[in-house]
Amino acid sequence: MNWILVNDRPIYIQLTEQITQYIVAGIFKPGTRMACVRDLAADAGVNPNTMQRAMAELERNGLVKTHRTTGRMITEDMEMLNNIRNELAGARVAEFLDGMKTIGFSPKEAAALLTQRAEAMEDKKEGQTA
Amino acid sequence: MNQINLIECQGLTKHFLTAKAVESLDLTIGRGRIVGLLGPNGSGKTTLIKLLNGLLVPTSGAVLIDGERPGPYTHSIVSYLPDRMYLSDWMKTSDLIDFFTDFYGDFDRVKAYDMLRSLNISPDDRLKTMSKGTKEKVQLIVTMARQSQLYLLDEPIGGVDPAARDYILNTILTNYSENATVLISTHLISDIERVLDEVVFLKNGIMTLHDTVDNIRETEGKSVDQLFREVFAC
Repeated sequence: MNWILVNDRPIYIQLTEQITQYIVAGIFKPGTRMACVRDLAADAGVNPNTMQRAMAELERNGLVKTHRTTGRMITEDMEMLNNIRNELAGARVAEFLDGMKTIGFSPKEAAALLTQRAEAMEDKKEGQTA
Repeated sequence: MNQINLIECQGLTKHFLTAKAVESLDLTIGRGRIVGLLGPNGSGKTTLIKLLNGLLVPTSGAVLIDGERPGPYTHSIVSYLPDRMYLSDWMKTSDLIDFFTDFYGDFDRVKAYDMLRSLNISPDDRLKTMSKGTKEKVQLIVTMARQSQLYLLDEPIGGVDPAARDYILNTILTNYSENATVLISTHLISDIERVLDEVVFLKNGIMTLHDTVDNIRETEGKSVDQLFREVFAC
Protein backbone atom coordinates (compact mmCIF):
# COMPACT_ATOMS: atom_id res chain seq x y z
CA MET A 1 0.00 0.00 0.00
CA ASN A 2 1.18 3.49 -0.79
CA TRP A 3 0.96 5.91 2.11
CA ILE A 4 1.56 9.62 1.64
CA LEU A 5 1.84 11.66 4.81
CA VAL A 6 2.44 15.39 4.88
CA ASN A 7 4.00 17.35 7.68
CA ASP A 8 1.54 19.97 8.72
CA ARG A 9 -1.53 17.91 9.60
CA PRO A 10 -2.25 15.32 12.29
CA ILE A 11 -1.15 11.89 11.12
CA TYR A 12 -4.27 10.04 12.24
CA ILE A 13 -6.49 12.31 10.12
CA GLN A 14 -4.35 11.63 7.06
CA LEU A 15 -4.50 7.90 7.71
CA THR A 16 -8.27 8.06 8.09
CA GLU A 17 -8.60 9.88 4.77
CA GLN A 18 -6.34 7.50 2.90
CA ILE A 19 -8.01 4.37 4.21
CA THR A 20 -11.38 5.90 3.33
CA GLN A 21 -10.11 6.41 -0.21
CA TYR A 22 -8.82 2.86 -0.41
CA ILE A 23 -12.21 1.56 0.73
CA VAL A 24 -14.35 3.60 -1.68
CA ALA A 25 -11.93 2.79 -4.51
CA GLY A 26 -12.39 -0.90 -3.72
CA ILE A 27 -8.71 -1.50 -2.95
CA PHE A 28 -9.89 -2.57 0.49
CA LYS A 29 -12.95 -4.62 -0.52
CA PRO A 30 -16.34 -4.07 1.15
CA GLY A 31 -17.37 -6.91 3.45
CA THR A 32 -13.83 -8.21 3.92
CA ARG A 33 -11.77 -8.19 7.04
CA MET A 34 -9.44 -5.30 7.68
CA ALA A 35 -5.75 -6.08 8.25
CA CYS A 36 -4.79 -5.80 11.92
CA VAL A 37 -3.71 -2.45 13.33
CA ARG A 38 -0.17 -3.62 13.96
CA ASP A 39 0.36 -4.73 10.34
CA LEU A 40 -1.22 -1.60 8.92
CA ALA A 41 0.92 0.55 11.21
CA ALA A 42 4.10 -1.24 10.18
CA ASP A 43 3.13 -0.91 6.52
CA ALA A 44 2.52 2.81 6.84
CA GLY A 45 5.53 3.25 9.12
CA VAL A 46 3.47 4.90 11.82
CA ASN A 47 2.90 4.36 15.50
CA PRO A 48 0.31 1.62 16.23
CA ASN A 49 -1.53 3.95 18.60
CA THR A 50 -1.93 6.46 15.78
CA MET A 51 -3.29 3.76 13.46
CA GLN A 52 -5.63 2.65 16.23
CA ARG A 53 -6.92 6.18 16.47
CA ALA A 54 -7.53 6.25 12.71
CA MET A 55 -9.48 2.98 13.04
CA ALA A 56 -11.59 4.45 15.83
CA GLU A 57 -12.34 7.36 13.52
CA LEU A 58 -13.35 5.01 10.68
CA GLU A 59 -15.56 3.11 13.09
CA ARG A 60 -17.21 6.33 14.15
CA ASN A 61 -17.90 7.11 10.49
CA GLY A 62 -19.38 3.63 10.05
CA LEU A 63 -16.84 2.54 7.41
CA VAL A 64 -15.58 -0.34 9.51
CA LYS A 65 -17.28 -2.34 12.23
CA THR A 66 -15.75 -4.46 14.91
CA HIS A 67 -17.42 -7.80 15.55
CA ARG A 68 -16.53 -9.81 18.57
CA THR A 69 -15.79 -12.98 16.65
CA THR A 70 -14.65 -11.98 13.19
CA GLY A 71 -12.56 -8.91 13.87
CA ARG A 72 -12.74 -5.60 12.12
CA MET A 73 -14.82 -5.74 8.92
CA ILE A 74 -15.22 -3.20 6.16
CA THR A 75 -18.82 -2.10 5.69
CA GLU A 76 -21.03 -3.59 2.96
CA ASP A 77 -23.34 -0.61 2.94
CA MET A 78 -22.90 0.29 -0.72
CA GLU A 79 -25.21 3.27 -0.44
CA MET A 80 -22.98 4.82 2.19
CA LEU A 81 -19.86 4.03 0.20
CA ASN A 82 -21.36 5.65 -2.87
CA ASN A 83 -22.32 8.73 -0.90
CA ILE A 84 -18.79 9.09 0.41
CA ARG A 85 -17.40 8.48 -3.05
CA ASN A 86 -19.59 11.22 -4.49
CA GLU A 87 -18.62 13.56 -1.69
CA LEU A 88 -14.93 13.00 -2.37
CA ALA A 89 -15.51 13.43 -6.11
CA GLY A 90 -17.36 16.69 -5.45
CA ALA A 91 -14.43 18.01 -3.44
CA ARG A 92 -11.98 17.10 -6.22
CA VAL A 93 -14.14 18.80 -8.85
CA ALA A 94 -14.38 21.94 -6.75
CA GLU A 95 -10.61 21.89 -6.32
CA PHE A 96 -10.12 21.49 -10.07
CA LEU A 97 -12.46 24.37 -10.87
CA ASP A 98 -10.73 26.58 -8.31
CA GLY A 99 -7.43 25.80 -9.92
CA MET A 100 -8.76 26.61 -13.39
CA LYS A 101 -10.17 29.88 -12.09
CA THR A 102 -6.73 31.01 -10.99
CA ILE A 103 -5.55 30.75 -14.60
CA GLY A 104 -8.64 32.52 -15.96
CA PHE A 105 -10.97 29.71 -17.02
CA SER A 106 -14.69 29.95 -16.30
CA PRO A 107 -16.34 26.74 -15.03
CA LYS A 108 -17.99 26.29 -18.48
CA GLU A 109 -14.69 26.63 -20.33
CA ALA A 110 -13.06 24.27 -17.90
CA ALA A 111 -15.85 21.76 -18.39
CA ALA A 112 -15.54 22.01 -22.18
CA LEU A 113 -11.81 21.38 -21.96
CA LEU A 114 -12.47 18.40 -19.73
CA THR A 115 -15.05 16.92 -22.12
CA GLN A 116 -12.65 17.36 -25.02
CA ARG A 117 -9.93 15.57 -23.10
CA ALA A 118 -12.25 12.77 -22.03
CA GLU A 119 -13.38 12.21 -25.63
CA ALA A 120 -9.82 12.17 -26.87
CA MET A 121 -8.99 9.52 -24.28
CA GLU A 122 -12.03 7.46 -25.27
CA ASP A 123 -11.03 7.62 -28.95
CA LYS A 124 -7.54 6.53 -28.14
CA LYS A 125 -8.84 3.60 -26.13
CA GLU A 126 -11.17 2.51 -28.96
CA GLY A 127 -8.29 2.86 -31.40
CA GLN A 128 -6.27 0.47 -29.28
CA THR A 129 -8.99 -2.13 -28.92
CA ALA A 130 -10.00 -2.05 -32.61
CA MET B 1 -2.50 -4.30 32.53
CA ASN B 2 -0.40 -2.69 35.21
CA GLN B 3 -1.80 0.56 36.52
CA ILE B 4 1.44 2.07 37.81
CA ASN B 5 3.03 4.58 35.46
CA LEU B 6 6.19 3.21 33.95
CA ILE B 7 8.17 6.42 34.44
CA GLU B 8 7.46 8.88 37.20
CA CYS B 9 9.75 11.85 37.89
CA GLN B 10 8.98 14.29 40.66
CA GLY B 11 10.99 17.45 41.01
CA LEU B 12 13.91 15.60 39.47
CA THR B 13 17.04 17.71 39.61
CA LYS B 14 20.67 17.04 38.71
CA HIS B 15 23.43 19.59 39.09
CA PHE B 16 27.05 19.10 38.13
CA LEU B 17 28.94 21.63 40.26
CA THR B 18 27.41 24.81 38.91
CA ALA B 19 25.83 23.36 35.78
CA LYS B 20 22.12 22.62 36.04
CA ALA B 21 21.71 19.60 33.77
CA VAL B 22 18.15 18.76 34.78
CA GLU B 23 16.02 21.17 36.79
CA SER B 24 12.88 20.20 38.82
CA LEU B 25 11.43 17.94 36.18
CA ASP B 26 7.95 16.49 36.66
CA LEU B 27 7.29 13.85 34.05
CA THR B 28 4.92 10.91 33.84
CA ILE B 29 5.03 8.40 31.02
CA GLY B 30 2.68 5.45 30.71
CA ARG B 31 3.04 2.06 29.07
CA GLY B 32 2.73 1.22 25.39
CA ARG B 33 4.13 4.56 24.29
CA ILE B 34 6.89 5.57 21.92
CA VAL B 35 8.27 8.84 23.22
CA GLY B 36 10.73 11.23 21.64
CA LEU B 37 13.11 13.08 23.95
CA LEU B 38 14.10 16.17 22.01
CA GLY B 39 16.31 19.14 22.72
CA PRO B 40 19.41 20.89 21.44
CA ASN B 41 22.91 19.75 22.40
CA GLY B 42 23.55 20.04 26.10
CA SER B 43 19.89 20.33 27.06
CA GLY B 44 20.02 17.42 29.51
CA LYS B 45 18.71 14.51 27.42
CA THR B 46 21.51 12.10 28.23
CA THR B 47 21.55 13.18 31.88
CA LEU B 48 17.82 12.43 32.12
CA ILE B 49 18.28 9.00 30.55
CA LYS B 50 21.15 8.22 32.91
CA LEU B 51 19.00 9.27 35.87
CA LEU B 52 16.25 6.96 34.65
CA ASN B 53 18.50 3.92 34.69
CA GLY B 54 20.40 4.75 37.84
CA LEU B 55 23.78 5.61 36.29
CA LEU B 56 23.44 9.01 37.93
CA VAL B 57 21.97 9.83 41.31
CA PRO B 58 19.64 12.84 41.47
CA THR B 59 20.76 15.96 43.34
CA SER B 60 17.18 16.18 44.57
CA GLY B 61 13.76 14.89 43.64
CA ALA B 62 12.75 11.35 42.80
CA VAL B 63 12.60 9.02 39.83
CA LEU B 64 10.50 5.85 39.86
CA ILE B 65 10.47 3.14 37.19
CA ASP B 66 7.46 0.86 37.52
CA GLY B 67 7.05 2.26 41.02
CA GLU B 68 10.61 1.50 42.13
CA ARG B 69 13.77 3.54 42.50
CA PRO B 70 16.49 2.57 40.00
CA GLY B 71 18.19 -0.59 41.27
CA PRO B 72 18.49 -4.30 40.51
CA TYR B 73 14.75 -4.65 39.79
CA THR B 74 14.58 -1.72 37.38
CA HIS B 75 17.77 -2.89 35.64
CA SER B 76 15.98 -6.16 34.92
CA ILE B 77 13.15 -4.40 33.08
CA VAL B 78 15.08 -1.56 31.42
CA SER B 79 17.09 -2.02 28.24
CA TYR B 80 19.53 0.83 27.72
CA LEU B 81 21.39 1.93 24.62
CA PRO B 82 24.12 4.42 25.61
CA ASP B 83 25.09 7.30 23.38
CA ARG B 84 28.55 5.85 22.82
CA MET B 85 30.15 2.50 22.04
CA TYR B 86 30.68 0.56 25.24
CA LEU B 87 31.22 -2.97 23.98
CA SER B 88 34.64 -4.66 23.81
CA ASP B 89 35.77 -4.44 20.24
CA TRP B 90 37.70 -7.74 20.19
CA MET B 91 34.35 -9.52 20.36
CA LYS B 92 32.64 -11.14 17.43
CA THR B 93 28.94 -10.49 17.03
CA SER B 94 28.27 -14.08 18.14
CA ASP B 95 30.40 -13.55 21.30
CA LEU B 96 28.36 -10.51 22.04
CA ILE B 97 25.11 -12.42 21.73
CA ASP B 98 26.41 -15.12 24.10
CA PHE B 99 27.48 -12.36 26.48
CA PHE B 100 24.02 -10.79 26.47
CA THR B 101 22.34 -14.19 26.84
CA ASP B 102 24.41 -14.76 30.00
CA PHE B 103 23.65 -11.32 31.35
CA TYR B 104 19.96 -10.93 30.70
CA GLY B 105 17.27 -13.55 31.26
CA ASP B 106 14.97 -11.73 28.85
CA PHE B 107 17.41 -11.75 25.91
CA ASP B 108 15.94 -13.32 22.76
CA ARG B 109 18.79 -14.90 20.73
CA VAL B 110 16.57 -15.92 17.83
CA LYS B 111 15.35 -12.39 17.41
CA ALA B 112 18.89 -11.02 17.61
CA TYR B 113 20.12 -13.38 14.89
CA ASP B 114 17.07 -12.57 12.75
CA MET B 115 17.84 -8.87 12.92
CA LEU B 116 21.53 -9.43 12.16
CA ARG B 117 20.57 -11.42 9.06
CA SER B 118 18.15 -8.70 7.87
CA LEU B 119 20.91 -6.12 8.13
CA ASN B 120 23.50 -8.40 6.51
CA ILE B 121 25.81 -8.51 9.51
CA SER B 122 27.74 -11.75 9.88
CA PRO B 123 27.92 -13.38 13.34
CA ASP B 124 31.64 -13.96 12.73
CA ASP B 125 32.50 -10.29 12.20
CA ARG B 126 34.54 -8.63 14.91
CA LEU B 127 33.30 -5.31 16.22
CA LYS B 128 36.80 -3.90 15.66
CA THR B 129 36.49 -4.37 11.90
CA MET B 130 33.08 -2.72 11.59
CA SER B 131 32.23 0.78 10.45
CA LYS B 132 30.70 3.24 12.90
CA GLY B 133 27.20 2.71 11.50
CA THR B 134 27.46 -1.09 11.58
CA LYS B 135 28.64 -1.00 15.21
CA GLU B 136 25.66 1.16 16.04
CA LYS B 137 23.35 -1.31 14.36
CA VAL B 138 24.81 -4.21 16.34
CA GLN B 139 24.50 -2.27 19.56
CA LEU B 140 20.90 -1.40 18.79
CA ILE B 141 20.09 -5.01 17.88
CA VAL B 142 21.30 -6.38 21.21
CA THR B 143 19.36 -3.64 23.00
CA MET B 144 16.11 -4.32 21.16
CA ALA B 145 16.41 -8.12 21.39
CA ARG B 146 15.61 -7.99 25.10
CA GLN B 147 11.96 -8.35 26.15
CA SER B 148 12.05 -5.29 28.36
CA GLN B 149 9.38 -2.98 29.64
CA LEU B 150 11.34 0.18 29.06
CA TYR B 151 13.81 0.81 26.25
CA LEU B 152 16.01 3.86 26.71
CA LEU B 153 17.65 4.67 23.38
CA ASP B 154 20.15 7.50 23.50
CA GLU B 155 20.85 8.73 19.95
CA PRO B 156 20.23 5.33 18.36
CA ILE B 157 20.25 6.20 14.65
CA GLY B 158 22.76 9.02 14.28
CA GLY B 159 25.38 7.15 12.27
CA VAL B 160 23.04 4.78 10.47
CA ASP B 161 22.21 5.14 6.76
CA PRO B 162 18.63 6.08 5.83
CA ALA B 163 17.67 2.62 4.53
CA ALA B 164 18.82 0.90 7.71
CA ARG B 165 17.17 3.68 9.67
CA ASP B 166 13.83 2.69 8.15
CA TYR B 167 14.49 -0.93 9.05
CA ILE B 168 15.36 0.03 12.62
CA LEU B 169 12.28 2.19 13.05
CA ASN B 170 10.23 -0.66 11.66
CA THR B 171 11.85 -2.98 14.19
CA ILE B 172 10.83 -0.63 16.96
CA LEU B 173 7.27 -0.53 15.58
CA THR B 174 6.90 -4.28 15.18
CA ASN B 175 8.40 -4.87 18.62
CA TYR B 176 5.73 -2.64 20.00
CA SER B 177 3.91 -4.11 22.97
CA GLU B 178 1.19 -2.63 25.13
CA ASN B 179 3.38 -3.16 28.15
CA ALA B 180 6.57 -1.64 26.85
CA THR B 181 7.57 1.96 26.36
CA VAL B 182 10.38 3.22 24.15
CA LEU B 183 12.09 6.51 24.97
CA ILE B 184 14.25 7.78 22.12
CA SER B 185 16.54 10.78 22.28
CA THR B 186 17.51 12.09 18.87
CA HIS B 187 18.04 15.05 16.60
CA LEU B 188 16.64 13.30 13.54
CA ILE B 189 13.11 14.40 14.33
CA SER B 190 11.62 14.32 10.86
CA ASP B 191 12.77 10.71 10.44
CA ILE B 192 11.11 9.42 13.57
CA GLU B 193 8.22 11.82 14.00
CA ARG B 194 5.60 9.49 12.56
CA VAL B 195 6.51 6.61 14.83
CA LEU B 196 6.22 8.70 18.00
CA ASP B 197 3.19 8.98 20.25
CA GLU B 198 4.42 11.88 22.26
CA VAL B 199 7.39 14.18 22.53
CA VAL B 200 9.21 15.86 25.40
CA PHE B 201 11.12 19.07 24.71
CA LEU B 202 14.05 19.85 26.98
CA LYS B 203 15.69 23.24 27.09
CA ASN B 204 18.57 23.90 29.49
CA GLY B 205 17.38 21.05 31.68
CA ILE B 206 13.82 22.31 31.87
CA MET B 207 10.90 20.53 30.23
CA THR B 208 9.20 23.07 28.00
CA LEU B 209 6.70 20.80 26.25
CA HIS B 210 5.15 17.37 26.70
CA ASP B 211 2.38 16.53 24.25
CA THR B 212 1.32 14.05 21.57
CA VAL B 213 2.58 14.50 18.01
CA ASP B 214 -0.94 14.77 16.61
CA ASN B 215 -1.94 17.36 19.20
CA ILE B 216 1.07 19.46 18.28
CA ARG B 217 0.26 19.19 14.58
CA GLU B 218 -3.37 20.05 15.28
CA THR B 219 -2.76 23.09 17.46
CA GLU B 220 0.38 24.41 15.79
CA GLY B 221 -0.44 23.41 12.21
CA LYS B 222 3.13 22.26 11.71
CA SER B 223 5.29 19.23 12.24
CA VAL B 224 7.26 18.63 15.42
CA ASP B 225 10.40 19.07 13.36
CA GLN B 226 9.31 22.55 12.25
CA LEU B 227 8.24 23.46 15.77
CA PHE B 228 11.61 22.33 17.13
CA ARG B 229 13.45 24.51 14.62
CA GLU B 230 11.38 27.51 15.71
CA VAL B 231 11.52 26.94 19.46
CA PHE B 232 15.25 26.30 19.47
CA ALA B 233 16.27 28.74 16.74
CA CYS B 234 19.78 30.03 17.34
